Amino acid sequence: MSSNNSQSVRVEIRDLRKSFGSQEVLKGISFTVERGEIFVIMGPSGSGKSVLLRHIIGLNRPASGDILIEGDSVTKPGVLAQYRMAMVFQSGALLNSLNVGENVGLYLSEHRLKTPDEIKRIVADKLEIVGLKGLEDKMPSELSGGMKKRVAIARALVVEPQLILYDEPTSELDPLMTVIIGEEILRLREHTHSTSIVVTHDRDLAFGVADRMAILHEGEILFSGTPAEVKANPHPLIQKFLHAEVQFQKS
Amino acid sequence: MFQNIGEMIILFWRTLQALPLALRHRAKVFEQLFEIGNASLLMACILSLFIGGVLALQAGSVLVERGMANFIGGMVGVSMAKELAPVMMSILIAGRIGSAMAAEIGSMRVYQEIDALKTMNINPIHYLVLPRVLAITIVLPILVVFSIMVGWLGGALVSHFNAHINLSLEGYFNNLREIVSIGDVLNGVIKSFAFALVIGVVACHQGLITIGGPRGIGRSVTKAVVNSIVLILLLDYVLTRFLMYFEAF
Ligand SMILES: Nc1ncnc2c1ncn2[C@@H]1O[C@H](COP(=O)(O)OP(=O)(O)OP(=O)(O)O)[C@@H](O)[C@H]1O
Ligand SMILES: [Mg+2]
Repeated sequence: MSSNNSQSVRVEIRDLRKSFGSQEVLKGISFTVERGEIFVIMGPSGSGKSVLLRHIIGLNRPASGDILIEGDSVTKPGVLAQYRMAMVFQSGALLNSLNVGENVGLYLSEHRLKTPDEIKRIVADKLEIVGLKGLEDKMPSELSGGMKKRVAIARALVVEPQLILYDEPTSELDPLMTVIIGEEILRLREHTHSTSIVVTHDRDLAFGVADRMAILHEGEILFSGTPAEVKANPHPLIQKFLHAEVQFQKS
Repeated sequence: MFQNIGEMIILFWRTLQALPLALRHRAKVFEQLFEIGNASLLMACILSLFIGGVLALQAGSVLVERGMANFIGGMVGVSMAKELAPVMMSILIAGRIGSAMAAEIGSMRVYQEIDALKTMNINPIHYLVLPRVLAITIVLPILVVFSIMVGWLGGALVSHFNAHINLSLEGYFNNLREIVSIGDVLNGVIKSFAFALVIGVVACHQGLITIGGPRGIGRSVTKAVVNSIVLILLLDYVLTRFLMYFEAF
């Protein structure tokens, strides 16, 4: 689909604002993600992370501010179609009427980018990466939450995206699978040099893959910087978020 | 409902523009055709048979009293062809298929499947709306022709076997052939073509604008059915009036 051959894109977000009704969800967000960078966004539930990702891939329109991909505003018609982008939705968002194989291969088959045989091979390949080898014929309703998420990741990988957005890719996965997905995020960047934006609650994943990260809180970015800078930041909310521990009293 | 008419016209226009892609999406069109046919054929058959029958029964008792029993064929023939088959079949399809389309697309909207399509650069109008609108506009006119014939048969059977009317099958069909012209059947088919577009566009539009969870889907389904039936009945009057001009020639 793409006429643009560079393997990754630079994303710049400028003073992005968005309200739903009277509720202001994004309150002037600015940050830049360089080509090939893995940028992690952490923040409490409801802070606006998913809404932010939806703006970047053009599913929501900003009330004000802008999102620039390689300098072009995503609100301009045709800009998004110039780049290969993919999003792993928090819910997976698989097409329930298609089986796993058709879901993963959908981008290629709908755009007629490959022959059916090639698509089959690529689909098998990507499913193997996410540990779901041979499950092509299953329907989404037959999968567990974590399996759906992995199918969604496979579906995003098929696009060979220049920009890939992960919305909590490991929230339903066990610790072992989390490591595999984390490694895959790194491996994908290494092989395709794609730019990645990862929204996650998982501190291990975040610090394991991030080049830089931002902490989002109630629609504002509290701080952004390298993982070391974030760890060293004394802001009480950030420290609380990074060091929350489960300590239940057992009688 | 009427604030949405503008949106529906835009959706209809975009679907028309996508028409050249129909060949490419033919697999999805066939899938829809099969589903619609499968879901509606038996119901259409029963409905038409009984409507034709009741028509003969009621008109029969009036006509027999006045010694005009041999006009039953023409009466049932014209009513089925011009009005009852197209309207009844459209209402049936609105309830049976329009509702299912609104529910399916609505749940795809609510569960972000449509968002996922968009991120893959797949146009939901091409992927979802075009095959459905196309399939329904192919099926409904065919279904109407089928319904007209089954309705005629229903009328014939009742006229023949009802002791009070007791008309020969031959007499019934002779009169039918004399009075009903091919134009009458065409009249019904043209109407049903327009009704099919209404059902398809209204149902897909309602699906696409669904918000909220399961309750939102339920609301969309109800609206799709009610709105398309209201529009069908309004359009029926307008089209009937309009088609009368052509009959004058
Ligand atoms: N379509 C919408 N309409 C109205 N409000 C919305 C909509 N989408 C999101 N919101 C609101 O925006 C806020 C941020 O939502 P968002 O989904 O971005 O949170 P999040 O940071 O992704 O949380 P989580 O970690 O739980 O996924 C929430 O308060 C939510 O109620
Ligand atoms: Mg979220």
